[in-house]
This record gives sequence, C-alpha cells and structure tokens, in this order.
Amino acid sequence: MLQHARHGPVEKSPARAHEPVLALSGVSKSFPGVRALSKVSLELYPGEVTALVGENGAGKSTLVKILTGIYQPDEGTIFLGGKEVSFSSAYDAHRAGITAIHQETVLFDELSVAENIFLGHAPRGRFGLIDRKRMVAEAAAVLKRIGADIDPQARLRDLGIASKHLVAIARAFSIEAGIVIMDEPTAALSQKEIEELFALIGRLKADGKAILFISHKFDEVFRIADRYAVFRDGESVGAGLISETDHDALVRLMVGRPVDQIFPKKKVEIGEPVLTVSGYCHPTEFEDISFELRRGEILGFYGLVGSGRSELMQALFGVTKPSKGAVKIDGKVAIIRSPEQAIRYGMVYVPEERGRQGAIAGLPIFQNITLPALKRTSRYGFLRLAEEFRLARQYAERLDLRAASLDRDVGTLSGGNQQKVVIAKWLATIPRVIILDEPTKGIDIGSKAAVHEFMSELVAQGLSIIMVSSEIPEILGMSDRIIVMREGRIAAEFAREEADAEKLVRTAAGIGGAA
Amino acid sequence: MTRFLKSREALLLAAILVLLALIALRFPGFVSPANLANVFNDTSILIILALGQMMVILTRCIDLSMAANLALCGMVVAMINAVIPEIPIPLLVALGIVIGTALGAVNGLLVWKLDIPPIVVTLGTLTIYRGIIFVISGGEWVNAHQMSPAFKALPRMVLLGLPLLSWIAVVMMGVMALFITRTPLGRAFYAAGGNPTAAIYTGIDVGRTRFAAFTLAGALAGLSGYLWVSRYAVAYVDIAGGFELDIIAACVIGGISIMGGIGSVTGTVLGALFFGIVKNALPVINISPFWQLAISGGAIILAVGFNAQAERRKGRLILRRAEA
Repeated sequence: MLQHARHGPVEKSPARAHEPVLALSGVSKSFPGVRALSKVSLELYPGEVTALVGENGAGKSTLVKILTGIYQPDEGTIFLGGKEVSFSSAYDAHRAGITAIHQETVLFDELSVAENIFLGHAPRGRFGLIDRKRMVAEAAAVLKRIGADIDPQARLRDLGIASKHLVAIARAFSIEAGIVIMDEPTAALSQKEIEELFALIGRLKADGKAILFISHKFDEVFRIADRYAVFRDGESVGAGLISETDHDALVRLMVGRPVDQIFPKKKVEIGEPVLTVSGYCHPTEFEDISFELRRGEILGFYGLVGSGRSELMQALFGVTKPSKGAVKIDGKVAIIRSPEQAIRYGMVYVPEERGRQGAIAGLPIFQNITLPALKRTSRYGFLRLAEEFRLARQYAERLDLRAASLDRDVGTLSGGNQQKVVIAKWLATIPRVIILDEPTKGIDIGSKAAVHEFMSELVAQGLSIIMVSSEIPEILGMSDRIIVMREGRIAAEFAREEADAEKLVRTAAGIGGAA
Repeated sequence: MTRFLKSREALLLAAILVLLALIALRFPGFVSPANLANVFNDTSILIILALGQMMVILTRCIDLSMAANLALCGMVVAMINAVIPEIPIPLLVALGIVIGTALGAVNGLLVWKLDIPPIVVTLGTLTIYRGIIFVISGGEWVNAHQMSPAFKALPRMVLLGLPLLSWIAVVMMGVMALFITRTPLGRAFYAAGGNPTAAIYTGIDVGRTRFAAFTLAGALAGLSGYLWVSRYAVAYVDIAGGFELDIIAACVIGGISIMGGIGSVTGTVLGALFFGIVKNALPVINISPFWQLAISGGAIILAVGFNAQAERRKGRLILRRAEA
C-alpha cells in the first residue's frame, strides 16, 4: 500500500473513555440462502469517526441498511443513547437521528437545495403551509455552518456530485442527526473535494456527531478515523483504535491472511501502433488529445474525477461525438460514430458503471455474453442458441465465471461475476483494443487480482489495453505508459520507469514542480 | 419442464384452467371444444395486436395508438372496397399492412429522432389517426351492404375446422415466437428495454431498435384493421375505441414487464386468452356489462400487482447478491 505525499499529519481525538452513542450487539441478518450478518457488534462514539472496513460482501451494506431502518435484523439489539431501540422503517431511523450519505446520494434532482435539506421537516408557517422564506434562510444558515458555498435556491440537478454530498450533509445537520453514516462518500469525488469533505468531517466531530465512515481506501481511513471496525464474511473480526493498528494489520483482519499487493504485470513485446489519436477535441469535455497505443501495451490514464478521461473514452467508442480530430486504427483513418462501428473496428469499452452500463438484467447470462457478437452466432439471420451457449461457455470458463447455470438471469450474479460477464461479452467480439474504465472499482481484493491477471494475459496475446483508473497503485503497477489528464487536456506522459505516485498526483492536480 | 412449471406462464395457464373450470360449473356448454374455438377466434385480433404491443413494451416503450391505427387502416380498406369492389382482397390486406406499417413508423420516428416519450407520442398520434378517419370518411359509416361478399368472407373461411382469422393468429404466434427468440433484432428488443444504457454500450442502436418495434407493431395493427372491419362488417370513426387498453391489459396480464426487457410470446398469448375468456364468459353466466368492465379492470390490477411483487422479489435478490 502506498503512502501518498498529500497526506499531512492529522489530529485525532484522544481515546476518551466515554459511552458509545450507538451500540449494536449480536445483530444477525439472513436472506434466503445467505447469512449476510452473523452476530456482529459495532459501537459508535460521539465526536469520533469509526471506520468500517471489509471486503465486498463482508456485510457492510447490510449493516448500513439495518442502521437506517431499511432492513430489520433477525436477532440482536441496537442501543441508542443507552436505550434499546428498533427501527421498523427508514422513517423511524431518520427520526431517531441517524442519517446516511450514500455513494450515490439519494436526493431529489428537481427540487431546490433548501427543499432537499428540509424535505419532511420544513418550517411551517400559517395554516400549516411551508414557510419558504424561513426555509431558505435556515438552509442558508445550515450550509454556512458546514462551510458549503451553495445557493439554497439552486436546483439540485445543477450541482456537481460533491455539492450534492454537501447538501446531504446539510440535511443531516438540519435534522439534528447525532449519527452520520458515510458509505464510500469519496468514491465519486476529486482530491480537492475529498479535502473539503474531510474538513467538514472535522467540523462534524467537533459538533459531537458520531460518524460511521465506510471506505475501501486505507489512506483515507488512516487519515480520518479514530476507531476502526472490521467485518469479514458477515462477522465482526476486530475493532479498536486506529492509533493502535496499521495498514498491514487491518488488511490481515479483512482478508484473514496477509496480502502483499503485487501486480501481475508481465513483460510483453510492444509492437506497432494500433490506435493513433490526434488533435481530438470535444466541445465541452476535452481538447487537443493526441496519443498512440501500441500492440501489447497497457496505457494508463490517470487524472482527477472530471478531468475528461471517461468522456474521452466514450467519444473514442462512439457514444458521444467529438468536434475535431482524427482516429487511426492500424494507420488507417477510422470513422467511428456509434459503438457498433467501434466494435467493428475491434475496439471495445468496459464502462465504469457496470450496473447501469454493463449487464442487462432480465437476459440470461449467456445472452448477455453473446449480445455484441450475435453475428458470430447466427446463420441466415437466425440465432443458433446452441452456438451461443457454446461461445458463452467458452468465455465463462476462460474467466472462471461462477454461475449455477448460464441460462440464469445475469441479475442473480454477484458484482464481481457480473463484471466477468461484461468482460466476457467484449472478448466474444474478438477485440484488438480494450478500453477498461476503472476496471476494479468497488470490487474486492481477490477479484481485483483476477482482473489484473487477466489483463496481463490479454496483452500477452497481442491485444492492447487502455486503462482508466483513479487508483495510483493500480496505474503504477499495471501500465507500460501513463498519460495524466487535467481539465480535459493531456498534462503529461510518463514511461513506466519514470512514474511515481507523487509525480502523478502533482501533475493531475496541476501543482508545480512535477513534469 | 420443472422450470416451465415454476414460470409465470404456467401460473397463468393454471389460472385460465381454474377460470374455465369455474365457468363450467355454472355453464358446462362454455367449455365445449366448439365454443372454446369460438372464444379463440373471438380473441384472435386481440392476440395479434398484443403481440405487436409486446415488442414495443419489451423495448421499454408503449403504443397507445394501435387501436386508432387499426381503425384508420380498416376504414381505408373498407372505403376502397366499397368504391372499387373489383380490387382483389389480398391486395387490400397488403395495403392495410403497408398503411399500418407507415403509421407505426411515424410513431417510431418521433420516439427515435425527436426523443419524445412514447406515451406522449402515441397519445398524440392516437388522436391524429382518429381525426384522419373522420376527415377521410366525413364521419360516414361503411356498412355491411357496401362491402363486397369476398371482403367479408375471407376471415370466416374455414380451414381444417378453424376460421382463417384463427389461423392467422396461430401463424402470427409462431412467427413472433421465432422472431423474438431467434433473431438479433428480437434479442435487441430485450436488451434495449432491459437496460438501454448498457445496450448502447454493447453496440445496439436503442433508438433504431425502438423504431423497428413500433413499425412492426404498426404492421400488425394494419393487418388487424382489415380483419376487424371484415369480421364485424362495419367501419366508422370509433371502431375499436378503447381497445388500446385491452391490448396493453393483455400484455400486462401476460407478464410483459411494463419496465421493458421481460416477456414472452406464450405469456402474451395466454394474457390475451385470459382477457378474452373473461370477456366472453361473463355475459354467458349472466353478469351485467358494468360488472364485466369492473372484473376486467380487477384482473389487470391483480396481474400488475402480481408482477410488481415478483419483480420486487427479484430486486431484493439482486441486492442480496450484490452484498453477499
């Protein structure tokens, strides 16, 4: 695990011997066939941040849903301020002062910021009608308190994701929530926005709120948390003070075995250019992008969220239209106006948002896999189901896809396996260039290693890969070359040997002294 | 086989059998083979239209204009037949299909190119198509005596014990089943409705796919236009008024998810039959027409509620798997 240069020392509150404001003990929750939580316990203290860590499937999301009243535990007790409570609905939990800020914020796009903050508890005026003036004024006050520079009358849809998080936090303040759950709050934020969020967390602590901070990112955990709790396979396997543990110890608790993060990058002969992009522009997202991708190469794209990396890839894949520029494949000009054409040129894109852009629930697994390759499986315009099955099985085996049967709905698979289906789907088109957008985002360590392994295998077979990633270890570990984007432009390019974490971060953030 | 027994289709089939058994208790004649064949024949047009609607709903759209499309095509062919009875009937049928296809394509184009929500597009075209019928007919009826005998005889022609109308429905069922499960376009319907964003990323042109669904649904409406006016031997502005809701109801009862991406030909046909049986049986067992409407409506809400329940359960399953 890399220590990033940006992390300064952070003050942590001393371990005070006080009572937890929220305590769970022996809480279990089962779903048909799966025991999601098994007698877990967790304590949250006022004025402290408790980090909840665990691999995917460790039961973190289930726990959040129990705390916010969406699920009811099968057994166990929840004490809030020393009293036993039970939440039969999200409304109950909300009224008890527990609020959650999710990865994708659950707010209302069409309402104003003030309305979002006060939905359900708006100040009332005469005849019980909502007192708009007071609501806006109070919203402004709350926003000011958390240091957010947001117009309370703005429509939520016009705000960026970071501002939406702030609105959600303002909402937590407005209901006087004593407990704030943050589920991967930094996942969609840029570095600067993360800094602001952390500053805000500091203020929440000072205000005496108990914070449950769920994150995959260890550097954040060690920076912001006072305590930790580790879940593994639905059980609590450890908890304590952050100051008394370290990265390795936490990882060991999480996976139950020591893990050293080694990237399976193999040396591959780099060949002739396969994809050449020059002077590529988009009216709003990126400008003057030129680069080359060679046979057998893994080209990493690093940058902050919003630097235009995904937008560039979507344009290359024909989802959006560029305004200018040329794309050559094998030295020949390629005109790509739709994903269909891109696929015909042998270029495929594994999108970042798997759920929304990847798997098609309702279609069986094998049909998901063969969907972009139906020409290969049909004859005289008719699909041959047996051929589809054969093809799907071939790729499923290659990717070690674990499914009871390939004709089951793809929605029945776990996230990691769904990702495999999406990758298999692209391999079935026999591509030459694969664009992977955050290929390991939100998947557990074991699946990550499998994806990295597979990438190495693919380039060894002569494919070329563009990998967009925000994880520095991944970028450094897997790329032959790294392009850093900043504000829609290429800020710098590094060869594998010359790149290091500090250079990347400084270049991406536009801090002088690098490149 | 076990999978079929657990499927929605099997459940619906069981519901139909129970329904028939209940009716038979009070009126045994209803379940005689001859009467059942009559009920099927009576439901044939609904089946054909529901198959068209099914394609549209699979792509996460809806076509409210199918009945208006039918009425317009029916009026055109009836008027031509009344004026020039010499034109051969197959040519008229083909003309009906061509017009229906064009009207369906208009819906599809508006949805595709202008990106207007399908419910709004087809609500608009529904009114427009009805308006056109009024304009071309001047509000006049085309009555049975104005139609040529051949025009009226075709759907009634008996082949192997069943009228041609029933056979057309049977053939359409087979063609659609093949089309929807065994062609790339059929598969694209499921993908475009199941997850439109993912479909785009997979290289499927969702807009064009929806256009195709609307156009094909229009073709079936055009075919039904001729079948309707010849079977009932009358054409006027309001024929099949309100029938668009029956079509959608048949799909919904048949388990076609209104959210797109889920559904089958078997389900659609069973849904249409269920609806047809209810409609045919209620007068037989002497239930007032007002109750008929209420019972039909009740069946729809029951089916939708059941669907929602099934889908919710599935949603939870995904959640659970994602966490596990």
